[in-house]
Amino acid sequence: MANLEPTKQRRGLVAIDGAMALIGVLLVVQIWLLSATLEAFLAGHRSPVIAAAIVSGLLFAACVALNLFVDRLDWESRRP
Amino acid sequence: MSLLRSPSKDPLWKDEFSVFTSDERYVTRRQFTKFLTLASLGMFVGNLWIVLKSYLAKKTSYPTAEVARVGEIQIRGVKLFSYPTPQDSCIMVRTGEDEYVAYSQKCTHLSCAVYYSARSDRLECPCHQGFFSIKDGSVLQGPPPRPLPQIVLKREGEKLLASGIRITGNG
Repeated sequence: MANLEPTKQRRGLVAIDGAMALIGVLLVVQIWLLSATLEAFLAGHRSPVIAAAIVSGLLFAACVALNLFVDRLDWESRRP
Repeated sequence: MSLLRSPSKDPLWKDEFSVFTSDERYVTRRQFTKFLTLASLGMFVGNLWIVLKSYLAKKTSYPTAEVARVGEIQIRGVKLFSYPTPQDSCIMVRTGEDEYVAYSQKCTHLSCAVYYSARSDRLECPCHQGFFSIKDGSVLQGPPPRPLPQIVLKREGEKLLASGIRITGNG
């Protein structure tokens, strides 16, 4: 990174940190969702199972989008 | 070696150590982000597994088995039995002249054996003070997250038969 401007590098790092934190929050929500769904399933309730799977899928898609964003940002900040 | 790495005009050392020391934090963060995304995929797969389990699994059929005879236990008396397999211990309580209820004896918290407290007229788990209603097995107090599975009983002459398992109450 020696050949890049420090400001560009710093901005890239902040954006990557922000995206990482957001992925972390989404992951915590997904973990909670999985445990709550499992609890409902074991209690004999089937109704929330599909809705939970859809929401979990959307959260995963958001994580993938953020991951792609981080990759793109990284590539851009490395570009001379 | 040519099978493992694509041919490149760059010298070998540059290909194998393509990251400057000052860039290490970028690479680590990217790898960590990928790891988090992979964990997210794991959670999604877990949810899909629950969907498959709840919709594709065939319904469990329970056998009919004689568990007691009418009048064998006194009012507010208890009988322990196993149903549907010898590993599944259950507890039967005679709550009235002609009223019997039976539940799985495993507490839904950490599987300790529950017992009937005639004084408080409820099922109690001695491990963490979880209390269950004798009427429907619902949780009255304590850490158990779900009601006790109820054993379906039916009377056939002088026999009391167990014919299934039902989850009722506040679960």
